[in-house]
Amino acid sequence: MTQSLARHLTTIAIFSATLAPITVAASVVQAADVNIYTSRQPELIQPVLDAFTKETGLSTATIFIDKGLEERVKAEGANSPADLVMTVDIGRLDAAKQAGIVQPVDSATLATNIPANFRDGAKDWFALTARGRVVYASKDRVDVAAIRYKDLADPKWKGRLCTRSGQHQYNIALIAAYIAHYGEDAARDWVKGLRDNLARRPEGGDRDQAKAIFAGECDIALGNTYYVGKMATNEKEPEQKDWAKAIQVIMPTFDNGLTHVNISGVALAKNAPHKENAIKLMEFLSSDDAQKIYAELNYEYPVEPGIATSDLVKSFGALKSDTLALDEIAKHRATASEIVDELNYDGGPQS
Amino acid sequence: MSVIRPAKTWPIPARLRLLPRGDRGYLAAAFALSAVIAMPFAALVYLALSGTSTNWSHLARTILPQASLVTLGLMLGVALVTGSIGVITAWLVARFSFPGRRMFSWALVLPLAVPTYIAAYCFVEFLHFAGPVQTAIRGVFGFTTSREYWFPDIRSLPGAVLILSSVLYPYVYLTVRMVFLMQGQKAADVARTLGASQATIFLRILLPLARPAIAVGVMLALMEAVNDIGAVEFLGVRTLTFAVYSTWLNRGDLYGATQIALLMLVMIVLLVSVERFARRKQRFTLGRADRPRPGADRLTGGKAVLAVAACALPILLGFAIPFAVLTDYAFERLDQLADPQLWRALQHTVVLAGITALVTIIAGFLLAYGVRLTGSRRLVLMTRLAVLGYAVPGTVLAIGILIPLAGFDNWVDAHLSAGFDLSTGLLLSGSGFAIVYAGFVRFMAMGHGALESGFAKLSPHLDMAARTLGRAPGSTLVEVLLPLMRPALMTAFLLVFVESSKELSATILLRPFDFETLATFVYAQTSRAAFEDGAVAALMIVLVGMLPVAILNRSILAETARS
Repeated sequence: MTQSLARHLTTIAIFSATLAPITVAASVVQAADVNIYTSRQPELIQPVLDAFTKETGLSTATIFIDKGLEERVKAEGANSPADLVMTVDIGRLDAAKQAGIVQPVDSATLATNIPANFRDGAKDWFALTARGRVVYASKDRVDVAAIRYKDLADPKWKGRLCTRSGQHQYNIALIAAYIAHYGEDAARDWVKGLRDNLARRPEGGDRDQAKAIFAGECDIALGNTYYVGKMATNEKEPEQKDWAKAIQVIMPTFDNGLTHVNISGVALAKNAPHKENAIKLMEFLSSDDAQKIYAELNYEYPVEPGIATSDLVKSFGALKSDTLALDEIAKHRATASEIVDELNYDGGPQS
Repeated sequence: MSVIRPAKTWPIPARLRLLPRGDRGYLAAAFALSAVIAMPFAALVYLALSGTSTNWSHLARTILPQASLVTLGLMLGVALVTGSIGVITAWLVARFSFPGRRMFSWALVLPLAVPTYIAAYCFVEFLHFAGPVQTAIRGVFGFTTSREYWFPDIRSLPGAVLILSSVLYPYVYLTVRMVFLMQGQKAADVARTLGASQATIFLRILLPLARPAIAVGVMLALMEAVNDIGAVEFLGVRTLTFAVYSTWLNRGDLYGATQIALLMLVMIVLLVSVERFARRKQRFTLGRADRPRPGADRLTGGKAVLAVAACALPILLGFAIPFAVLTDYAFERLDQLADPQLWRALQHTVVLAGITALVTIIAGFLLAYGVRLTGSRRLVLMTRLAVLGYAVPGTVLAIGILIPLAGFDNWVDAHLSAGFDLSTGLLLSGSGFAIVYAGFVRFMAMGHGALESGFAKLSPHLDMAARTLGRAPGSTLVEVLLPLMRPALMTAFLLVFVESSKELSATILLRPFDFETLATFVYAQTSRAAFEDGAVAALMIVLVGMLPVAILNRSILAETARS
């Protein structure tokens, strides 16, 4: 009994001693011609990467990392295998830049394909797709054709507004844009107005806000454009089609008549081991074909002007993107986040 | 007879010296091991101290007071609910016989296989406006919109307490049931002959006796509730962990975030110390355990119905509802089973969890045995610190692992490049090693806890006798203690295995290229607001966890039967 136990233990020890190097080795063999660290979900990238591999013969490898992507690349330093950093949200691209983990790319192709307001002034990052932060309004209970962001704080919406957490990056970017347009004090008043109009505590994701309108909990909500497309085409969960049918998309505007957009984008890693291949992929992503696939995968708007969108995306209405520089918005994110805390926006309606 | 006293045998010295003074090799090894475990904490403390830019006045003025209150409320609620469910179900199953007792005895462990974030999603689906419950209510009463009737909001602090508790109570159930089975029988029988009622026995004998076990179980539940981000974020409950993430990601202040995380750690340490201090004079080892006779008293009629309901409800909440919701989604997506990626993810999950559990129990055993062997106070202190990994939010802990590992890799690379013109690149970071390391630090609490209580049940007289009879410490370990510790080792292995197979936040940050586990697979879907598409993988996580949970239950019962 004891003998066999001792033998078991020896086996276990040998077993773990052999397995350890195997797990270590797992990392080394996987790297490819272009290595991508991404906080955009693999499903929304893979088809366009496959198209790239088909065209160029270059293989790609990805790691989907949500929180902590910048910290990982930074810690890995000079030996980081990352060639490209792909993220959603202007804040994350800016964070990558601020963390010093990216390098500028001087490419005529990128400069031609991507409009100036959709790329970093110092060429540190480039946007690939755009999504509007818009109003979902109940088809039955709301009868307005146009709305300004400002109007959402109007007391006439008291008890009728739903949003996800104020600390969510999409709302933070919107508030930061508001600060850039109207200043910090006006933004504070605005967020306070939004808070007082809330029908309930902020919760869930953007889809849940559409669901809440469908359920009659609120009449208007803030959400990204693409979620409407995802709900409208959800064959697996057809009830989501009903949520999409319950709402209409209104493109809200700032005083300049333009709508706040957020982006998904790409940056070249500072220590990219395959720099040439990586730039090739960046340029490919800005090409007409790739833009079309990449945007359509997620019902987004291509950043390259003049590319036709699907009927579904068209049905949200024409997106007139705000021309405010995105890095200007990124600058105000910390303040926006502080305002949300200060007013206890996530605590919900106060009265 | 307010507190049960252990049988008076030979006085047990508080500090044993079973090891010759000169032989400090083992102690050194144990210290080295705790240093390995402590390294991520050291990295986090270093990070926290290196930041000066944090706007603490903003934090103190706005979010901290509120987040602290919410966190305290969550802890209090989870402690109360997991404590009550765990103790009452353990009491019923251990003391009484009623219809279905045997089945309940193992089924009550099942919710352990359901990750908290998955439970949260399933509950919201189940109780939402479009879910089966509210649809039925509207059908019955003829309502059409949610404004016509009141329905409790599951996305709230009480909702979070309920959801987290319903999957975390098994920690309390497992530890307390063991005490009731092993140590409570004889005392309860004596009290019974003296005419005490069941209520008196429960309140004045069994409950005090189970106190250390309750504390251990509740503490595990609390640590998980505190470090959770997936569930609380989805439920809109703004805990301190939520503040950690908003400080880090929205205000770009990792230093401030680690400072808040360490503040939470201090809260947990205080709590543990207070509890230990409050029972510092009590000793709970018994010379000899009772022969377990589960279900001695028969319940009939209304009492039996109540007992069945009390046992069925937690299983319904913590297991049946999530399982039903997941199965419902999964049936629409059976085609995913043809995806080789999913099967690879399953394989990765099982292999990683297996290795992590192995490493953790070996290390946990070395530490627990080191304490038993030497009684070193410093080592005791080190092991107390070593089990705190579970109280740190997973992503933050992962950063604490990432930085030193990558630093080491780059250091090796730089030296070899300079000396031998040989570039090694990254060796350990971004590999399976890093994930196992993180899991090992995170789940040491489970592994070490089970082993420590396993050792505690073995009287030190065993070691003394073996040593007197001429056995060296090594052969005492192999010939006497290891066979007796087998059930505890098994328990520790399975607990860590189940936890590791659910692990998400550290894995996702530390993994290599194109490497999915079931949990990261679910997360990728969830993060694009399509939780439904992750249902098959989520169901697989639950199934992977169920098997060890079933074995776990058998091994614990076997243990109680043997002693």
